[in-house]
Amino acid sequence: MQLYLPIAEVSVNIFLILGLGGLVGVLSGMFGVGGGFLITPLLFLAGIPPAVAVATSTNQIVASSFSALLGHLRRRTVDIAMGAVLLVGGLLGSALGIVVFNWLKARGQVDLLVELSYVVFLGIVGAMMFIESVNALVKSRRPGARPKRRKHYWVHALPLKMKFRVSGLYISAIPPLLVGLSVGVLAAIMGVGGGFVMVPAMIYLLGMPTKVVIGTSLFQIIFVTAFTTMLHAVTNQTVDIALALLLIAGGVIGAQLGTRIGARMKAEQLRILLALLVLAVCGQLALGLVLRPDELYEIETGAPA
Amino acid sequence: MIRLALLLVALALPARGEEIVLGLSRDQVAITATFDGSDILIFGAVRREAPPPTGAGPLQVIVTVSGPLAPATVRRKERRAGIWVNTEAFEVDAAPSFYAVATTAPLDEVLTATEDLRHGITTPRAIRAVGNLIPGAGTYVSAMVRIREAQDLFRLQEGAVDLEEETLFRTSLALPANLIEGNYTTRIFLTRGGEVVDSYQSVIGVQKVGIERWLYNLAQERAPLYGLMSLALAILAGWAASVAFAGWRR
Repeated sequence: MQLYLPIAEVSVNIFLILGLGGLVGVLSGMFGVGGGFLITPLLFLAGIPPAVAVATSTNQIVASSFSALLGHLRRRTVDIAMGAVLLVGGLLGSALGIVVFNWLKARGQVDLLVELSYVVFLGIVGAMMFIESVNALVKSRRPGARPKRRKHYWVHALPLKMKFRVSGLYISAIPPLLVGLSVGVLAAIMGVGGGFVMVPAMIYLLGMPTKVVIGTSLFQIIFVTAFTTMLHAVTNQTVDIALALLLIAGGVIGAQLGTRIGARMKAEQLRILLALLVLAVCGQLALGLVLRPDELYEIETGAPA
Repeated sequence: MIRLALLLVALALPARGEEIVLGLSRDQVAITATFDGSDILIFGAVRREAPPPTGAGPLQVIVTVSGPLAPATVRRKERRAGIWVNTEAFEVDAAPSFYAVATTAPLDEVLTATEDLRHGITTPRAIRAVGNLIPGAGTYVSAMVRIREAQDLFRLQEGAVDLEEETLFRTSLALPANLIEGNYTTRIFLTRGGEVVDSYQSVIGVQKVGIERWLYNLAQERAPLYGLMSLALAILAGWAASVAFAGWRR
């Protein structure tokens, strides 16, 4: 069954898009990530124009993050204070990201920037997560090994200290602001929520307890992606509501399935799988940048005369 | 005196011996939500006041359909510091989003290069790139043709026009599913020995209708409202999913 997308101006197979949404939903249910880093490249492959894919993914992330956040709010695993600080940084970053996005679009370098960002971030995060989860798996097999005490990082010495009750932290507001800022830029440029950068940064840089990290990350991602969606809708008119609706419908069902699969697996195993997946996407994109492309030319159309 | 002038004019102009009478299968294409491409039938007849001329070769028909023209930028990738990046770019002033040429016989038998240049019939000729005479412009135009041919947006269908008794012609054209809105110009040329004898032009209007039209207009004209609507939909879907999950888990 085909559906003509009003903004993307292409006709797509409904089941293909539902399937893509579902697949990413399964992964986000299993691993607790938004899945934006997967949906955007998959939409490129499905023939959706890149600008529409980036803008529409952010709208889809709003839906999936909101759904997950409600669950975390019920369990009281959201640090609103921390979320608000991250958010201030995130909104600034998002506005900055849109400016950079449009500036590079005019110069024809936007695809390169998006792909480079993906390769760099997915590579770093994937490698870190892989090493960390392999270590954790090895340790859990060795009985008697005690967990290390939390270290004091250099970030704890900065001014502008704030109390974050839910996280049990008393740290400077500058590091969370910077983390929020960089994730905001990513959200605008890459069409991702940034959970895959935000979650490790909160654990390893800010020293937040793992149980509040995902809820807090979701809290700020909703606002940043909502803001980004608005900016894309107003400046570029590239949000396709019909495409978003299909992705959301698929994602909702997939997430339910993914949560059930995830519940049967060990946390370390899950993290290794996610790390491998992230590294695979990264490797694929890196190859695309390094190998000689089949077609050396590309066309970018302007507005009809 | 006037009679003499008329006579001279009549002698100077070749008699319009063969003329096109056209009927399109339709002059409107509506893009609905379930739009999945569309076939249009282009047919017509050749009217002649005298018997077909001899010696100038057989009558041939060329049909072209051109989508709306839009400026485009063709960019070229080069290897810089190990990775492939866009380097040089070439601006095409007006390129059709869709262009199909259908003929009764192989193109070189149907049309001379001069006539092609004069009427802008084949795809490279239909792409206008005025004022951009940089060296190597041709490679960019041919790259554009190559890419859009691969996407099935540019087509050359030699032998796709049926011509019967040098009088009735017809061809069927499949418009692609990723059609954009606008006026699609249909041109028909009659040729003999590669020279254009007569031409005819008409327009097929392609428009989004119904919900497609409404959403597109909303996104263009009332962007903030459209953005808020998208967000409201996302929040509502997220909430509904959460409620459904909560019920399901228990």
